[in-house]
Amino acid sequence: MSKVQEGLLYSESHEWVRVEGPNAFVGISDFAQEEMGDITYVDLPDLDNVLKGEEFGALESVKASSDLYSPVTGTVSERNTDLENAPELLNEDPYGSWIIRIHMSNPAELDELMDAEAYAKFIGQ
Amino acid sequence: MRYYDKLIFECSKPGRTGYSLSGEWKDASLGLDASLLRADAPLLPQVSEVDVVRHYTNLSQMNFGVDTGFYPLGSCTMKYNPKINEELAALPAFQGLHPLQDPATVKGACAVLEWTDRLLAEITGMKHFTFKPCAGAHGELTGLMILREYHLSRGDLARTKIIVPDSAHGTNPASAAVCGLEIVEVKSNAAGLVDVEDLKPLLGPDIAGIMMTNPNTLGLFEKDIKQIAALVHGCGGLLYYDGANMNPLLGAVRPGDMGFDIMHLNLHKTFSTPHGGGGPGSGPVGVAERLVPFLGVNTSGFHGNFGVIVRSLAYILMLGKQNVRLAGRLATLNANYIKECLRDAYKLPIDSVCKHEFVFDGLIDDGAREGKAGATTLDVAKRLLDFGFHAPTIYFPLLFHQALMIEPTETESLETLDEFVAVMHKIAREAAEDPDILHAAPHNAPISRPDETTAARNPILKIQDEN
Repeated sequence: MSKVQEGLLYSESHEWVRVEGPNAFVGISDFAQEEMGDITYVDLPDLDNVLKGEEFGALESVKASSDLYSPVTGTVSERNTDLENAPELLNEDPYGSWIIRIHMSNPAELDELMDAEAYAKFIGQ
Repeated sequence: MRYYDKLIFECSKPGRTGYSLSGEWKDASLGLDASLLRADAPLLPQVSEVDVVRHYTNLSQMNFGVDTGFYPLGSCTMKYNPKINEELAALPAFQGLHPLQDPATVKGACAVLEWTDRLLAEITGMKHFTFKPCAGAHGELTGLMILREYHLSRGDLARTKIIVPDSAHGTNPASAAVCGLEIVEVKSNAAGLVDVEDLKPLLGPDIAGIMMTNPNTLGLFEKDIKQIAALVHGCGGLLYYDGANMNPLLGAVRPGDMGFDIMHLNLHKTFSTPHGGGGPGSGPVGVAERLVPFLGVNTSGFHGNFGVIVRSLAYILMLGKQNVRLAGRLATLNANYIKECLRDAYKLPIDSVCKHEFVFDGLIDDGAREGKAGATTLDVAKRLLDFGFHAPTIYFPLLFHQALMIEPTETESLETLDEFVAVMHKIAREAAEDPDILHAAPHNAPISRPDETTAARNPILKIQDEN
């Protein structure tokens, strides 16, 4: 049974978003890290613009590699470079390990994401 | 096995050599100018001849291949490769060929290509083949370039999308993406086949074609193929046949008759040449008559892996028409035999007659009890190694969570199949009684379970200096 953290927003591609003012912190859900298995590599983006739904990076695990999709449009303003040397943080603490911070240019897009309850239903829990 | 865990460099002892030079040869400079001589000795292992021979002989004995034992690796068609293929490919007139030789001096090799072309065309219902592609995925890319050239030559520039079933080999969407096509997925239905109702709304003037494997990766024959071909052709698209699973159809059904326009064959699978680390591949691409003008798309300078083509021609000629057909039928019979023998112990997600392979979805009783984890497909695969069998393909196709994909091929005897079935039953009993036996497997292999996570996170890519 995967954990779904209250207070976050979720995308159908299993990213979570924590909103702080104009900023969106983006990570992957507990369900996503369980499906991936042990994550071995995190490919972080440049500090640049991203569109909602666009690939911004990728994860590799012993089982698979998987693209990361931006849940919102904006500018990547910070990257969690700790993950480059310790990708296992995404397995150990998926909701405490954000991957990028996006300065949002269209916060209205947040309305299209799921809340915790809807996401739990989405992953069949 | 003394050196199995060492590199040849780690066997090195200063001053040890495999030769002894005397007299004038001791001066290795041979009168060369000092500027051409290196200051430091090269970092080569210092070992005696017997060290080298034992090191590599021991390593070679750790190999597992189809010459060693049963290799039911689903989707890979690990059939036995007759040694006569090797003898013929090793004929000096073939082996000594140079790709830039004057064509007038290689008429025999040209005849091999033409002869193989004719036989493959007869087997598949295509008009002609190109032998340039050096592997299956290379063939896919070549075939898709032909497909795109066809549309472009007609001024049909809007066909940018290609349909790929959710059960496809991963190379299909990958090849399409490399070819610049956008991938549209079509779902499988409950019977494990392409869902025709899901396909219909996808078709339109933007569809370049569909890529299909038949039988598909679940080992099931796409029985609606004629209807699918009519629908795709109706919207102006072409049909691409991934020949990875051609083996069971040999001499029975032809992709050309099913309505496919372009296809590749994996000669190294269906036509019996060493592969999977044992040798190079060959993925010739065949096309229907109207596409022959596009067969020249350039994805390789030469005629592929020629030695593989010689081996495949030898294989087809040795079998003859009747036995080519028998090979496909026996591959199908063997797969169905194992499936029916094991369905009491392993979950069969789709209950129907399979072709050359089939997929289980893990154990029926995996031994999971209160507070105790059950045995997974990975554990079953690892345990099989203890009994001297190669593991089946696991966790593919992605449609099932515990996929275990078995392809026995036609070259195995009933005795081998029965031994495998007995071992699979034994493993299922062990799992139900004490899954920890499986969790700790393999018990008899030179290494147990490599720590893949640590290896991927902290790879050690350089020789460790023992000093």
